[in-house]
Amino acid sequence: MNSGFTEFLPTGIEITYLVAASLFIVGLKQLGSPATARRGNLIAAIGMFLAVVATLLNQSVLNYQMILLGVVIGSLVGAIAAQRVEMTAMPQMVGLLNGLGGAASTLIAVGEYWRLMGLGETIPLDATITVILSVLIGNITLTGSFLAFAKLQGLVSGSPVTYPLQQPINVLLLIGFLAGSAYLVATAPDPTVFLVINGISLLLGVLFVLPIGGADMPVVISLLNSFSGLAASAAGFVLMNNMLIIAGALVGASGIILTQIMCKAMNRSIASVLFGAFGGATKATGGASGTQQDKIVRSIGAEEGAMMLGYARSVVIVPGYGMAVAQAQHTVRELADQLEKMGVEVKYAIHPVAGRMPGHMNVLLAEANVPYPQLHDMDDINPEFERTDVALVIGANDVVNPAARSDANSPIYGMPILEVDKAQHTIVIKRGMSAGFAGVENELFYKDKTMMLFGGAKDVVAQLVSEVKQL
Amino acid sequence: MAAGLLTGLVVFVLASFVGFEVINKVPPTLHTPLMSGANAISGIAVIGAVLIAGAQEWNVTVILGLIAVVLATVNVVGGFLVTDRMLQMFKKKEVKA
Repeated sequence: MNSGFTEFLPTGIEITYLVAASLFIVGLKQLGSPATARRGNLIAAIGMFLAVVATLLNQSVLNYQMILLGVVIGSLVGAIAAQRVEMTAMPQMVGLLNGLGGAASTLIAVGEYWRLMGLGETIPLDATITVILSVLIGNITLTGSFLAFAKLQGLVSGSPVTYPLQQPINVLLLIGFLAGSAYLVATAPDPTVFLVINGISLLLGVLFVLPIGGADMPVVISLLNSFSGLAASAAGFVLMNNMLIIAGALVGASGIILTQIMCKAMNRSIASVLFGAFGGATKATGGASGTQQDKIVRSIGAEEGAMMLGYARSVVIVPGYGMAVAQAQHTVRELADQLEKMGVEVKYAIHPVAGRMPGHMNVLLAEANVPYPQLHDMDDINPEFERTDVALVIGANDVVNPAARSDANSPIYGMPILEVDKAQHTIVIKRGMSAGFAGVENELFYKDKTMMLFGGAKDVVAQLVSEVKQL
Repeated sequence: MAAGLLTGLVVFVLASFVGFEVINKVPPTLHTPLMSGANAISGIAVIGAVLIAGAQEWNVTVILGLIAVVLATVNVVGGFLVTDRMLQMFKKKEVKA
């Protein structure tokens, strides 16, 4: 009886893995539709639970107490983080979790290599190659994600960092990595060389994210998400475990799709995001903006703004990251409710890269209970601006910059924008005249139809609410 | 090339195609939850970590494996819970609308 059970066990584990992989696929599919998304997430979580339980039944797993302790610690940290995180900090959270996934994959590969070295036999060629690939992807995901986290959190400057000989240094490091790898493949395993290639790949992750910043952050987060999947897959090759390979490949594919969507929304290719320094081009136009002093800016107060909004027939609200940072989404909804009471038609226009990760703004407005039908994608809303009385821009900048349409020299030229300048009037709520995240001057602010309403988003919108009530 | 590696490669390529097909055409509203959900799935590394941390005696591999167990579990649990928290907000609003 007992021997029959142990004989069946490996097969049972593989079958459970197959079930878990299927649940992941069904879960991801359902995550793609609003009606079923929550169930999809639950289904994927059940798949994960099954996979972990099946793995614990593996005959080679004996160290139960420590492993369960690790699972408990990890679960507590994860649950608390998921509870506490602000919705505005979602990109950082995802960045951080990506990094942890990458770190786990690297540790698996390093641990397995150490075990193989300890056996004192020659390590098979395919094992060496998969370990090397795994540490490369895992380490880049780890340090790249942590740097992205630090940039989003404001721990380091969010703008792109460029320095002389950037590409040659990267190429040199890559050659060093390949040389070290070739040495490990061709000769005996060597702990020192192995640690050196680990160090190089960690450095590559930092150098990969360092020159990317500003408006390109959603692309980086998507790409690192894809990497974290590929890292898990690579660890699967190291251990020859199909469950890891499949789940990793699914995540890798989803990350690449989102990366493509983000690039399309900014009219940039992946290559230009990764290698073309956004900052370099910005500096070139920075010189020209010095002459902007003689341009006229129309500034209005909250009372005047409230009158424009209250007596309009249609208002389109364009929220940007500035609104999110100010935590003004709830006040904005209050304003929208008030306007609707007065018979004004209110819509929200959401740019695909509004916020700092794909779909970020939708989440923030959902948090504030903005009804789903009021949210409009860029393609839906752009033809409507001509019929709109007032476009209210709150803390958005680059995504409404007409230079993307007209100025071929602008670094954001060609990026699809929300065409608020076509509305009858535009009110822009902004702290001051500083340039946007991409570091580009915005000519929208100097147009005749544009009124600037200076101040913090939350305060100004709150003033608008009380002024509108008095109309 | 070892047979195992080849099989792994076949599985990887086919799973990638499945991933592309399944995730294509997702509305922008769901991009963030999809990403954090996928992120949680990438925490599948936890089972690899359990496998290498499973040996009875203490050595470098077991220690690295246990650290990996903790990190990957944070990724899994944090990822699924935060995704659910986000989707809950969408749900609430749907009922209202």
